[in-house]
Amino acid sequence: MSGNSTIGEAAIRAGCQCYFGYPITPQNELTEYMAAHLGRKKGCSFIQAESEIAAINMVYGASLVGARAMTSSSSPGISLKQEGISYLAACELPAVIVNMSRGGPGLGSISASQSDYFQATRGGGHGDYRTIVLAPSSGQELADLTHRAFDLADKYQIPVIILGDGMLGQMMEPVEFKHEAPEELPIRGNALRGAKGRPSRIIKTFTSKPTELEEINWSLFRRYQLIRKEETAFETFLVEDAKLIVVAFGIAARIAKGAIKNARTNGMRVGMLRPVTLWPFPSEKVKELAKRTRHFLVFEMNMGQMIEDVQLALEGKGEVSFYGRPGGVIPTPSEVLRVVSRLYHQKGLESGK
Amino acid sequence: MRKVYTRPRLLKRVPFHYCPGCGHSVVHRVMTELIDEMNLGDRIIGIPPPGCSVFAYHYFDVDMAESAHGRGAAVATGIKRAFPEAIVFTYQGDGDLAAIGTAETIHAANRGERITAIFINNAVYGMTGGQMAPTTLSDQVTTTTPYGRDTKIEGYPIRMSEIVALIRGAVYIERTAVNSPANIRKTKKAIRKAFQAQIDDLGFSLVEILSPCPTNWRMTPLESWQWIDKVMTKEFPLGVIKDITGKNDAD
Ligand SMILES: Cc1ncc(C[n+]2csc(CCOP(=O)(O)OP(=O)(O)O)c2C)c(N)n1
Ligand code: SF4
Ligand SMILES: [Mg+2]
Repeated sequence: MSGNSTIGEAAIRAGCQCYFGYPITPQNELTEYMAAHLGRKKGCSFIQAESEIAAINMVYGASLVGARAMTSSSSPGISLKQEGISYLAACELPAVIVNMSRGGPGLGSISASQSDYFQATRGGGHGDYRTIVLAPSSGQELADLTHRAFDLADKYQIPVIILGDGMLGQMMEPVEFKHEAPEELPIRGNALRGAKGRPSRIIKTFTSKPTELEEINWSLFRRYQLIRKEETAFETFLVEDAKLIVVAFGIAARIAKGAIKNARTNGMRVGMLRPVTLWPFPSEKVKELAKRTRHFLVFEMNMGQMIEDVQLALEGKGEVSFYGRPGGVIPTPSEVLRVVSRLYHQKGLESGK
Repeated sequence: MRKVYTRPRLLKRVPFHYCPGCGHSVVHRVMTELIDEMNLGDRIIGIPPPGCSVFAYHYFDVDMAESAHGRGAAVATGIKRAFPEAIVFTYQGDGDLAAIGTAETIHAANRGERITAIFINNAVYGMTGGQMAPTTLSDQVTTTTPYGRDTKIEGYPIRMSEIVALIRGAVYIERTAVNSPANIRKTKKAIRKAFQAQIDDLGFSLVEILSPCPTNWRMTPLESWQWIDKVMTKEFPLGVIKDITGKNDAD
């Protein structure tokens, strides 16, 4: 099953009731999957919207009334959704937004890229907000993290972004779905359902009192702190004895893993840290690893974005190198192996214990 | 003694922030009265816009949520699709509905979304200080047309209702005004028909209301009522623009 279809199936099994999207390569199979499998399902709705702006605002509407709602796009379309994501974050509304990102800036290219890391992890739209950002690196993880995205969105009443890329979306892999679609989901307690038997309800942020907005921001911040504490996720690979740790996410981590396996057969003690949540970023784990390992190689399919989070986490306590391919170029494991080997030798890591 | 005039039950006991003579307050009154009369209070959801009416949720005693500028029709679409039992209305200014939100409005209408747009045409951007709106009249002076709207440079006042009327999913469209007791009564009747079209599951409905903005028009409330009659209605004629609610399907 293609990665894009996997997300669709996993979303339906997570109880997604509404999907609104606008075509853009390389994520069209997801929109098409939802048209075929969600559109005619009882109590569900699919709309091919007139724009990404409309799509995200439809998601906002569906979320207002308590539905599990999702939209998906790729980089240029995600730029258009930012205003809507800011409103979702501000109004504390759950939603799942998938970005199967592609080469940028501008119209860029349709091939896989990781150049939307900043946009995804820094909020993206206006205002002081965060979104949870999940970065799957395999078909199975696309399924698992899509399910998790809906749960996290509801648990913390926050928009959750799944940051994949064009390659993950197109790849055909066997997947096991661990959940059946729920018969019926409970309606969120604070949803707008009409003021029947209760006082009328308002969902908004706009206020003429700055202190009121300040309190909204504080309340969001407290929730973000809780998410940092509870939900940070990562995978480590052969880090125990590593002299060099590659830090990579998503599809780049998959490529790096191949390179690391080869490096190990060549006697190089190389490991990997793969953030699964890009926000919250596993800073504590980076710090902990730096107690044993001095050298880090950040590998991304961009000109260096996540590297800033690694450097921030290290607080100067490790040496960070970078290798990146921007613009939608997909590096090979052997290319990454060459970079790893060169660095390993340059830093003199083969000598000593 | 018989009571002939009272505060609508669904109009919260909060003083309006609107300027004296502003049309928004009249429309709020009429709508809250009507929502109660039609017994919709417990299943209606309203989406007010950024604009002078951004605080409409402080006055309507019904469920309401904020929308991004111009996106009301898309938000209402999401609400209605996820919760079809709701009666959903957007409340939008001319900048909101006819400039930044044109696409959302036209496509919601085209899908025949079962929602109702209440479109307040006051020929200016009220909230941001009286700039030109797409509906600003030829030669009308605003803060961004200080020499009067020159149609050669700034284009023409847009007749959004007529445009939407061409769309097959739109079933009821009427233009009214709130500049006289008779017109206010007609406005209420038009909104009733628009809500009824939604209740009857027929399609998209829209009521455009010519609404005084004495502050930005630099007029007294009375002058602004007269200006609607003398100038605005020449460009934006009142009346039913489209009504296919009596037909079997929205075509
Ligand atoms: C994206 C965005 N652009 C601009 C604004 C600023 N803004 C708020 S209301 C408004 C227009 C108000 O005019 P109108 O829709 O005619 O409503 P009125 O105040 O006249 O009732 C503008 C431009 C905004 N809130 N969001
Ligand atoms: S500026 Fe105009 S539209 Fe806004 S409240 Fe005053 S009169 Fe009404
Ligand atoms: Mg206006």
